[in-house]
Amino acid sequence: MKRYGKFAALIAIVVGVLIWLASAGMSESKTYYKSVAEIGQMGDKAYGMRMRVGGDVENGSIRRVGNQVQFTLVQEDKKLKVAYTGSDPLPDTFKDGAQALADGKLDKDGTFKAARITAKCASKYEAKPGQLAPGQTPANINTGKRSSI
Amino acid sequence: MENLGSLAILLAFCVAIYAVLASVVGRIKRKPFLIVSGERAVYAVWALVTLASGILVYSLMTGDFRFAYVAEHSNRTMPMLYKFAAWWGGQEGSLLFWSWLLSTYAAVVVFTNRRKHRDMMPYVIGVIATVQTFFLILNNFVANAFQMLATDKLIVAVPDGNGLSPLLQYPAMAIHPPMLYLGYVGFTIPFAFAIGSLITRQPGDAWIHTTRRWTLVTWLFQGCGVMLGAAWAYHVLGWGGYWGWDPVENASLLPWLSGTAFLHSVMMQEKKGMMKVWNMVLVSTTFFLCILGTFLTRSGVVQSVHAFARSEIGKYFVSFMAIGIAATIYLILDRLDYLKSESELESVISRESSFLFNNLILLASCFAVLWGTLFPVISEAVSGDKISLDADWYNRLMVPIGLFLLFLTGVGPLFAWRRTSIESLRRNFQWPGVASLALVAALVGAGMRNFYALISFGFCLFVALTIMIEFYKGARSIAAKNSMNLLRATVELTHRNTRRYGGYLVHMGIVLMFIGFTGHAFNKSEVKELNVGDTMHVGAYTLRMTNMKQGESEDHNYNWSRAYIDVIKHGEVIGTLEPEKRFYTASRQGTSEVGLRARLNEDLYLNFGGMSDDNQRAVIQAYVFPLVSWIWIGGLVLIGGTLVCLVPSKIKMQYARTEVIGITKKHATVQN
Repeated sequence: MKRYGKFAALIAIVVGVLIWLASAGMSESKTYYKSVAEIGQMGDKAYGMRMRVGGDVENGSIRRVGNQVQFTLVQEDKKLKVAYTGSDPLPDTFKDGAQALADGKLDKDGTFKAARITAKCASKYEAKPGQLAPGQTPANINTGKRSSI
Repeated sequence: MENLGSLAILLAFCVAIYAVLASVVGRIKRKPFLIVSGERAVYAVWALVTLASGILVYSLMTGDFRFAYVAEHSNRTMPMLYKFAAWWGGQEGSLLFWSWLLSTYAAVVVFTNRRKHRDMMPYVIGVIATVQTFFLILNNFVANAFQMLATDKLIVAVPDGNGLSPLLQYPAMAIHPPMLYLGYVGFTIPFAFAIGSLITRQPGDAWIHTTRRWTLVTWLFQGCGVMLGAAWAYHVLGWGGYWGWDPVENASLLPWLSGTAFLHSVMMQEKKGMMKVWNMVLVSTTFFLCILGTFLTRSGVVQSVHAFARSEIGKYFVSFMAIGIAATIYLILDRLDYLKSESELESVISRESSFLFNNLILLASCFAVLWGTLFPVISEAVSGDKISLDADWYNRLMVPIGLFLLFLTGVGPLFAWRRTSIESLRRNFQWPGVASLALVAALVGAGMRNFYALISFGFCLFVALTIMIEFYKGARSIAAKNSMNLLRATVELTHRNTRRYGGYLVHMGIVLMFIGFTGHAFNKSEVKELNVGDTMHVGAYTLRMTNMKQGESEDHNYNWSRAYIDVIKHGEVIGTLEPEKRFYTASRQGTSEVGLRARLNEDLYLNFGGMSDDNQRAVIQAYVFPLVSWIWIGGLVLIGGTLVCLVPSKIKMQYARTEVIGITKKHATVQN
């Protein structure tokens, strides 16, 4: 029994250390997903909290000022000014109209200081069946006949 | 032709259901003709899914834009390779690819076992065909790849398609998904054998022996897939990293981790008859993690750069997993009596114990990654707030876990079974221990203060030395006996016991990879807007932009703009790098081609970030990544080592392990 006691103690130590590491890290690195509207409603609580905000990049809003990239996120008519200050290059998918996630904190002046940006073009991948992706011309009309196999 | 594709997968669905019923009923009622017809049904499913896939690939290659899938993922200007790769470039196609791989594996399994394991095989087929049926449900009713474009009731074609996502138009990316899928799908087979052996109450380890190669090959594919993903992220995404703890990256790592645990713990069962329940749990965990991985990739349940869109598919996966996991747990609990351990743990410092901790740690890391990946989902369910954890959290947790594993890699294989004497500890570890302490002292002396980096380098040297000493000791005795030179003796040694020495090579690969990971602690980066003639500095390098050009690719697939940058070190020009930005015409998306100067000591990595606001200067992001090359070298060594493990050993060492009368009469074929 003593033998198994030793194993149990060692396992407990290992698991304990890991849980401790995991929970200690959690409070520092947890990031809240918030919508643009929710940030507006949060008031003072919003400042200093790490958040991740998603929305569409407003057309023509991307500007590069020094080492900063500024743009506006739009989500259901609500707008949020974002300033990206991180050192990593912006993802290639980041462009006008793309869905973007900004990771950072809300500044006192109302701009969202993002340390990280992820972007995707969801519309690109999943056009509804039978519907043409945006920007495509409708099908050539003369192929009305069902083609043979 | 479009109807033929739909028809083929619909038929395949029916035949797969038949395969399940015929095999299981045939086994229960002992009707050989039903069992045989179940096996033939497996071949039929393969033929039908192959036909459907063939039609899809043909349509992609020829640009039949009446198919919604083709219009979405192919276009006229793409090179043939990527037209083919578009097969797995989108949701519907990749699920069809999954089905096709599974049906192929199933056919191979049925063929190779046509005279073996007669009592267990019907259930094995039953399990595989059940999984196949699930994926065919998705192929038929949820994500059908043969949807046609139509206006009103007329099938129509679009003039040109959107093309494959440009991020995927890269050679490594064309083979990265199939590698991962070969892994994801492959773990179905060991799982099916495990379940088959449970249902039929097999006494021995037949399922482990039969599936050892499967598991190893599958694990290798999965590993290659993960490595290719990392390489692709590093070379193409342009964010200067190889691993970002992205949910989909995590999803591909999870089965690899639990699979690694499984590969180690089956040795305990083969040699000592221990951990039988645990192995069942591990193989099932790995299988369900593979399904989860496919689910995470395909459903968008967790926000990720890979996750394409939220879709209906989620609830199908969740139901399938819930039912599968419940059934597996029931089976294992019901058959516990057949899974009794044949021996006991004796000492904390023993091979058994090192396996135990190896498993504990691998599974803990697996759980940690899973926890982090699913945390947004969990927290939303518990508190209503969707909370995510970032890369720092993973690093904080995974770095110590990784280091502990690295340490076990060194000591584990040298501990004796049952218990290890102090004398043997001293003999095996004295010199590696002293050498690595000396290395750490030297590094501290040289000014290195990063705690984890010091430990990591120390462990790397320690493990590398223990492995090399093992090779040297074995080779020297062979060389002396057979009067060969040391090199030939090493080859001979490895050939005599491929599992053991192949395993050492795999461990060596891991050590090299850790050297590369540790380099992360010393990264440097710099961003600057450069005009032609301007210079910037990063690390020991001076960078001078000499030119900037724009143009179009030959096949009109994309436009590019490129910066030409001279790399200057110690006042000498040592090369020119050409980071490039591409803009794909069809999909109106950009990608980066980084300028990379890879050397063993460090990589110089330049990314063309874009143009400055006034469109006059190029934004150049420059990084120095020390030791990154060792990750790729380590990966290759790991692959080589795994391949060595797959070669049959020249000498089969056989010894009877502790037999429990009435449970096993087999002699395990094992190496000490």
